[in-house]
Parts: sequence; structure tokens; C-alpha cells
Amino acid sequence: MGINYLYPDYEVHRDREKCISCRVCERQCANEVHSYDKETNRMVADDSACVNCHRCVTLCPTHALKIVKTDHLFKENANWKGEVIQDIYRQAATGGVLLASMGNPKEYPVYWDKVLINASQVTNPSIDPLREPMETRTFLGQKEAKIRRDENGRIITKTSPQLSLTIPIMFSAMSYGSISYNAHKSLALAAQQLGTFYNTGEGGLHEDFYQYGKNTIVQVASGRFGVHPGYLNAGAAIEIKMGQGAKPGIGGHLPGSKIGQDISKTRMIPEHADAISPAPHHDIYSIEDLRQLVYALKEATAYTKPIIVKVAAVHNISAIASGIARSGADIIAIDGFRGGTGAAPARTRDNVGIPIELALASVDTRLRQEGIRNNVSLVVGGSIRSSADVIKAIALGADAIYVATGALLALGCHLCRTCQSGKCNWGIATQKPELVKRLNPEVGSQRLVNLITAWDHEIKEMMGGMGINSIEALKGNRLMLRGIGLNETELQILGISHAGN
Amino acid sequence: MQSGQQRMPLEGEERFSSGCAISGIIDRSGQRFSARSAITSISVMHDRSNGLGGGFAGYGIYPEYKDHYAFHLFYYSKEAKVGCELFLEEHFDLINLSKIPTEKNPNITDEPLIWRYFVTPLPTKLASSQLEEDEYTARCVITINSTIKGAYVFSSGKNMGVFKAVGYPEDVGQFYRLDDYKGYCWTVHGRYPTNTPGWWGGSHPFALLDYSVVHNGEISSYDANRRFIEMFGYNCTLQTDTEVITYMIDYLHRRQGLTLEEVCHVIAAPFWSTISRKSEEEIAQYTYLRNTFASMLITGPFSIILGFTGGLMALNDRLKLRSLVAAEKGDMVYLASEEAAIRIIEPNPDRVWHPSGGKPVIVTLNT
Repeated sequence: MGINYLYPDYEVHRDREKCISCRVCERQCANEVHSYDKETNRMVADDSACVNCHRCVTLCPTHALKIVKTDHLFKENANWKGEVIQDIYRQAATGGVLLASMGNPKEYPVYWDKVLINASQVTNPSIDPLREPMETRTFLGQKEAKIRRDENGRIITKTSPQLSLTIPIMFSAMSYGSISYNAHKSLALAAQQLGTFYNTGEGGLHEDFYQYGKNTIVQVASGRFGVHPGYLNAGAAIEIKMGQGAKPGIGGHLPGSKIGQDISKTRMIPEHADAISPAPHHDIYSIEDLRQLVYALKEATAYTKPIIVKVAAVHNISAIASGIARSGADIIAIDGFRGGTGAAPARTRDNVGIPIELALASVDTRLRQEGIRNNVSLVVGGSIRSSADVIKAIALGADAIYVATGALLALGCHLCRTCQSGKCNWGIATQKPELVKRLNPEVGSQRLVNLITAWDHEIKEMMGGMGINSIEALKGNRLMLRGIGLNETELQILGISHAGN
Repeated sequence: MQSGQQRMPLEGEERFSSGCAISGIIDRSGQRFSARSAITSISVMHDRSNGLGGGFAGYGIYPEYKDHYAFHLFYYSKEAKVGCELFLEEHFDLINLSKIPTEKNPNITDEPLIWRYFVTPLPTKLASSQLEEDEYTARCVITINSTIKGAYVFSSGKNMGVFKAVGYPEDVGQFYRLDDYKGYCWTVHGRYPTNTPGWWGGSHPFALLDYSVVHNGEISSYDANRRFIEMFGYNCTLQTDTEVITYMIDYLHRRQGLTLEEVCHVIAAPFWSTISRKSEEEIAQYTYLRNTFASMLITGPFSIILGFTGGLMALNDRLKLRSLVAAEKGDMVYLASEEAAIRIIEPNPDRVWHPSGGKPVIVTLNT
């Protein structure tokens, strides 16, 4: 029916002068946009199949390709924008929930970009990281409230289990299933080389990756996929996933088409059956239930692993975090509403949850008001895009940050937001062997190491500029931040002054 | 007082930074001596202050009341005095009270009412609070300073006292007639704030119970330290480095029971690279302290002299970004920002040394 036809959002522009009809684009595009027309000896493109992932653009040997936004438009309407109208057509045609992936792309305020960082001038010296030690080592876990000594007066140094990070950046949860074997391997190798951690997500741990256990956080989510004693004991820490920033309040769905033999084995579910994780944990309907699971996992691992509880940033996040801090959890991970996903209902992704900057500030303040900030470490994600975001997050009060979208970008992701199709041309969000092999884990891990190393340099440079030579002196040091263009309420929640004040 | 936009913020209303001169003298034999040598020492470093703050702490100066807390108070109004005395009477036995004797000095102006009380906690109140005597007293001091407008307890230890004002330290010493006091240990501070403090509470030393701190520096970890220590009942009303450092030392030394050396392994912790070269047991200890009290690490330049009952401790930041010199002659130990400030009172010390960054110099009375 003609009414269902939607004009493509993107047009493939091919420079006929430059194109040599080598057909690389055709071979590279899993969406089958490009084809060769024998009659005319020319390449042609089906714009309607293009997801704007730039695979063809970056591999075209003569730089003949570019993708442009269409100038086709609906009659302009500030309320009924083209995108809104098209969504109505889609739903009228299918009766389905609109699906989307990666983080919330809407124009909400990005508070990171409205916060500025301080530097030393005159009254105290900045410190040059090339000439002086600059420390970023971070421990995550509960801290002892009271010094205890043995009979000889020596301090008893035994603590609750801690994670030791050389830099306060970890790769956040992405399941094997939502991303490929090679993407997982890239993350594992990079975490090992960097002295930090990657996270299995709720997809279990492939047997090949048990060797990276010291740098692995294993996740226990509502579907319990792949969870068994060996798995729990394989990692350095266990994360209970209560929620995800991209889709607070709902579970997950990995389509059966992605569940081949390997994933089926890793997740301990039948091949080609949809893997649906429930919205809540059906053994956690309240905070006291969470405490039971926290201690069940501690028992299962003989109290040797810190337990992380990951929640989505929602309206009453500070009360929730305060409850979690008293549940026996060692670390709270909070995921902001711009966090990524392999697939989520578009309306949920775009409308549910709150920005991580506000959630973090509010939680850190509340835990301090209650005097329990040292009982628990705070990790935030969704989304941290640069070293400057890392600095701002730590100064607002985070112990460490989670990065996922940034890591995928380093692996080649071009943020086309079509992960749910399973046809990722970059070999990341796909299980098709011919696509997966495009991502070389050696190259991928090196790019991840490069990215985090670059951020590390930048963090040290900015810390030195502030006259701070150890990351713990930055944590919660909100005097180092100023707001720009923020109103009184926003400043008050962030706990910072306005620039000039 | 100016009004509206033209009024300068007072100390405590925003954060000021300052450079400074510090000096400390102790006689390890416990012999008591007047503050004259401390005044002479600090006067050599006149150019390190700018007349906007000076002060002294003397230990062993109230032997006749040595078992009672000596509260020194600034009052900025009669109402503040009435309110505060009401509070004191509710919580303490007042053994003695009087104005602190002063003498006019043309360079010291705008003085508040300055009073001294020797007190001891009311036994019934203390018992019902279920607190140790020191903790009870510290909480009362923090309550007065954060809730009674215009009243400020600037000294609250036993057998010790702080004397401070807005002015050059040598003038402050004369103003308080410190030649008349004798102690076994003195510390002194001359301040160079980048802003006008506006009131006397902002001058140093800063003290809580018998801990007093004089400090030169501007710490970059301030808000990390402040937001952490405020979890434990402290209230950083002055927004100064010295205040937060004093609270952290009180928390770690008195409340957590760390030794002074262990306190230094928290606030001026060795670098991880240094720790990694130590013995296994030391690595465990140092790592434990850095990890457990991570938010009490102080970064940025500082040199401090901590006074406590029976001794002195000097400490530099880990990079030694501020000058600090130590010397000894017989039982006397001298600590100062500049060597000249020591030589003026002891021209021929037996030993002069420059303590390394992060390495404390701890001096206690001979036993």
C-alpha cells in the first residue's frame, strides 16, 4: 500500500567520476544497499535499505561515496515533525512497538557540557604529569568504618573484597549475544592489558573467556542466563543487574535468530528460542529481597567477590541507592538515561529515566548526608563520552565510570543505531560469522587500549592543572566544577556554583 | 560595614586562599617559656604575612586549671554572649570565666568581645549523652560555632590556648600580652590571605580540643576532604584548609585511634610507587590506610605544624611544595617556614634539616 511508503532518511551519493565499480561497497553492505548494474556497468544504490553506518564510505577505495540526509520533507510543523508522523505510519501499518538501539538520541540537556573544570593559578601550583607522579589507581568496595588492631597493636588490614583499577574506567555490561564473540574478546583483552574490567552483561561467559576472569565482572540479570557456580566464581566481581539506563523498568529480548549453538551453550538456553529476560527479578520484589540475593551470591563465592548492584537512573534514585548501600552491596552502578542498548522499545529509551549527571550528584549527596558514602563505591555510566566527562563525574562524586558506547565506537561502531537488526557491518552487534570476522580482536583491543590510554593522559593533564596528583583527591571535589547556563535548581542538585561565583 | 554588592564576603561565606608563615618551638624537657621567642621568630617572616591574620597556640599555659577545658570565645554581639553562656551553663560546670586580658595596639582594631571560660562537662549531661568527655566537648564546640550567631569558640583544649586576631602576628602577640604566659610549646602563624577575612575567627591557629594547626598552603583536595569529614559530625563553617585539616586529624587520631605516623600515611600518603618498594607487611598497612581513608588524602601545597598535648608535629605535602625547616639545640626543637626565623632565636643550632615531603617530624616531651 502506498501509504506505508516512507521516503528514506538517507541518500547514498556516489561520485560517478570517482567510482570504478569495484563492488567493494556491495560486498561490505549486509543491508544490500549497493548492487552492480550489468547493463550500464554502474553501481546503483537502494537508499531505503541504508542505515547510515558508513561501512561502504570508509572502505570505498576512491572515496566516491557519502551519505547525506535527505531534503525530502513533510510540510513543516513544529509539533508534528516528520519523524513523529513516520512513527505513526509505522505503527498504523504493523501494530507493533517501535524498536530502537544505542542511547537516547533526543535533545535533552547534556549536563557534562554545562559544567566547567578549574585550574590552579598563582596561589597554588599546577603539577606537571610529565615530571611528577600522577596517580589514578582506584579501589572499589566497602571501606572499614573502624580501625581494628591485633594483640600487638598492628592494624588488621583485612578488608571486604575490593576491585583494584589502574584507572577509574571500566567497560560496562554488553552481553555475548547482543555483541559478537570478537567484540567480547576485544574488550577482555583490553581490560587485561589496561588493568581494569569488562562486564559480561547478562549473556553468560563463553568458555574461551574464562582465562580473562581476573579482569571480568560477571552479571546476574533477571533471566539468569548462563549463571552457574563456575560462572560466578570465574569473575573478579558479580554484578546484579536490576535495571539499564536505556530501558528502565523493562527486561531484555534477544531474538532467537541470534541464538546459535555457541550462544545457546553460553546462555544455557535452547538454540533459536527467544531469550527474554523478565522486567523484574522474580525473586526481588523489594529491597529486603535484594539483600537476600546479594548474600546468596556472597555465600556462593565465599565472600571473596565484591557485589555490584546496577540500577537505572530513575526519579527516586537517591532513596534507591541509599537502600542498596544498606543491602550489603559493595558497589552501586548507576546507568543514566543516555546509556546504550542492543535493542529497546524506542518510547522507553527516549522518555524513561533521568540524566546520569543529576542522578550521580543526588546519590552522592544523599549517601553523604546519611554518613554511608564510605560503605559503598559508586560507578556511573550512560553516557561518558570523553576524559572530561570522566573528570566531571569523579568530581561530582563517582569512584569510577563505566564506558560502553565509547568502547564500541573505538571498535568501529558508527552509531547508526540499528543493532536490533543483527546486521552490523562492523562485526560488533551481530552473530553472522561473515560479519563477525570483520572485527579483528587484536586490532580491536589495541584500539580500546589506545582510547583509554589517551583518556588517562588527558585526565592526568587536567588533574595536574588543578594541582591534584591523586584521583582520590578529585572524588567528590565539587569546588573544582562550575556550572554554565544552568538555573538555580540544576546548580543546587549538582551541588556546584555558577561560573564566576 | 558596607552593604549590598559592595560588601566583601566574610570568612566562611566563600573560600579564600592564603599564603603564610608558620613557626613552632618546643622544649622537650617541659620547661615553660614565654611566647616572646615565637613572636621574635615570626617577626622575621613579616613579609610572608600581610596583616590580615596572626595567632599563637601555647601549651602548658594553664597549669592551675589543667583538668578543665579552656574555652576562648569571640563574641560579635551582647546577644551572642548571652546565648552562648546559656548554652555553656546547660552543658558544663563553669569553673572560672573572665575577659581575656588585652592591651591596645594601634594596628589591631575592630576587636570583638574576647572571653575565656574554664569548664568541665556536667556529669549528668555527659552520662546521658553516652559519649566520651572529649567527644561531648567537641560536639558542643561545633554546635556553638555553627548555631549561635556571633559566638565563636576558637580554643577548646585543656592546659592550652589559642590567641588570634586580624593583624600582623607580632602585634597580635603584644595585643594578647603573651609575654605574660608561659608554656612548654608555642606555635605561631602569620597570614597572607588573598581576600579580606572580615572577622577574627578566620585567623589561625585553628583548634579543636587540644589539637591546633598552623598551616601554610592551599590544598587542592579541599572539597573532597570537606565533604567526606562532614559525614562524621564536623561542620566546616570557615571554609579554610586549616579547619578541615584539624578536623581530619581529630577524626583519625582521636576518634579512629591512629598514631600520628599513621595519620600522615593517610593525609600525606606515600605514592603507590613508593609503597610498592616496601615490605609485604608495610604494603598491606599503607594500602589499607590509603584505601580506607582515600578521601582524606590532602593534595596541593601545604606545610603544617600540629600542636597537641605533649608535643608538636610538622608535615609537608608529598611533593614538598612549601618550605619547612627544622632545627634542634639541646632539648629545644624549632620548626619554621624559613631558616632565618629559627636562627634569629637560636643562632647556633646543633642540627638543621629540611624534612622531606610527606615525612612527619614528631617531637614529644621527654618522659
